[in-house]
Amino acid sequence: MLNSLTKLGAETLYLLNSSGRMGIFLFSCVGKIFTPPYKMSPIIRQMHFIGNRSVFVILFTGAFTGMVLGLQGYYSLKKFGAEGALGSAIALSLLRELGPVLTALMVIGRAGSAITAEIGIMRNSEQIDALECMAIDPYRYLIVPKFIAGILALPLLTFIFNVIGVVGGYLVGVGLLNVNAGVFFQSMYKAVEWQDINMGIIKSLVFGLLIIWICASKGFFLHLDRSGGFGAEGVSRTTTNAVVTASVTILVWDYLISAIML
Amino acid sequence: MNNEKTKNLSSDIVIELKQVEKSFGEQKVLDRVDLQVQSGKTLVIVGASGQGKSVILKHMLGLVLPDAGEVNVFGQNITTGNKARLKEIRKHFGVLFQNVALFDSMTVFDNVALPLRERTDLGEEEIRANVEEKLEMMDLGGAGEKYPAQISGGMQKRVGLARALVLNPQVVFFDEPTTGLDVHKSNEIYRLFYLTQQKLGYTAVIVSHDVPKIFKLSDQVALLANRQIQGCLSPEEFQLSDNPYIRQFVETTMGPIYSSDREESNLYEKI
Repeated sequence: MLNSLTKLGAETLYLLNSSGRMGIFLFSCVGKIFTPPYKMSPIIRQMHFIGNRSVFVILFTGAFTGMVLGLQGYYSLKKFGAEGALGSAIALSLLRELGPVLTALMVIGRAGSAITAEIGIMRNSEQIDALECMAIDPYRYLIVPKFIAGILALPLLTFIFNVIGVVGGYLVGVGLLNVNAGVFFQSMYKAVEWQDINMGIIKSLVFGLLIIWICASKGFFLHLDRSGGFGAEGVSRTTTNAVVTASVTILVWDYLISAIML
Repeated sequence: MNNEKTKNLSSDIVIELKQVEKSFGEQKVLDRVDLQVQSGKTLVIVGASGQGKSVILKHMLGLVLPDAGEVNVFGQNITTGNKARLKEIRKHFGVLFQNVALFDSMTVFDNVALPLRERTDLGEEEIRANVEEKLEMMDLGGAGEKYPAQISGGMQKRVGLARALVLNPQVVFFDEPTTGLDVHKSNEIYRLFYLTQQKLGYTAVIVSHDVPKIFKLSDQVALLANRQIQGCLSPEEFQLSDNPYIRQFVETTMGPIYSSDREESNLYEKI
């Protein structure tokens, strides 16, 4: 009994400790985003890494998501004789939910995992200690450019995902299944409101922040990992952990933002 | 570095550990450790592996906080959690890590240039001139465009030394500077250390187990054993000390011949 209580207490303390550490990490980074000095070249480099290098995978995923929405939507709506609403169904699904969420999941897989591994290896090989000893703030030098780039890149990537998704849905709905093109766009025009677009933008901004926060902090505090963050295995375990945590967190926050804004 | 500032920061004792205690989990590593580093001198910390020599160095660098006691650098306590103060103090530090800790995704040139780019307002041309001078000093001319993985261990150490010295620090820390190097490469590192210290006049703290060779370069030798500093003495006094820990260390590492005759110190191979 006492042993179980001890374990429970140790678990609670560990959770409190890690939550506090991650909270302070976020607070420090956000504070430094809004305070000079600013160096543009690291931000541009990270924009290229997180944003530009994700464009291809976003185009690919967006196109096929739009196409499958066109296909599934058409046969579902056809049962009710409402094929004309295909354009609005595709647009609303993409703008409100699938665009921001799938973009975020793709960025976690492509850039988030790389960020955790990169920072984790730097932590393991004392490169972060070396920065501190050189009086170079590792938050400002390593993490803040990633935060800025992530928050800017996610809405842009989501926009690309949505556009290419609509194009994919159009190609299947209008090109393959013979829905009238005018009706397709008219239903989209009538159904989509500014609130839907705003929801997508807010979600992608929040997701950008969450991805960098979780992935960067997991790597940064690799050495404090209870299960042992040492060596190649430690980096690989922490990277997997970061990807899973970030993905689940995105889905939870997607629900929370939808519940608040709808 | 600003000369006025250097003067203000200069005093006889640059770093002082007072009654420092540190445990990792159940294991106590340091127990009431007292140690002083004097300005312009070279202090060598020796001891068996796993005794906590690098932990002492990390306390001096502010990378590890003590459970009890104080670490004063330039007369200021760095264990209070004041990060701005610690950052200011670290501007006068240079560090050569045991595993060098070079930024492996940057070229040799960029590694050495990083402190200049991040900490000064120098233009790229001045930075280039400064970095090339330091690389030449370390016999690394021509290696600037290579990545750390493309050069040998000895060269990596020299790059680490160039990076540590690029801002002409007041105190330079060396954590096992010759670990993993053969005799010739170790001698090369010692030679560069000697030359740069003569030229730049920095205070040096060296953690090493390269005994007796390292004694040749030291002004003071401190032995960490049984979680405490057993003595901080000149190399000659160290070898003749009656302290049982020091005596045992000297006999184990150098053989009884050196502990019995002061003159034997002249037998050290000239570096």
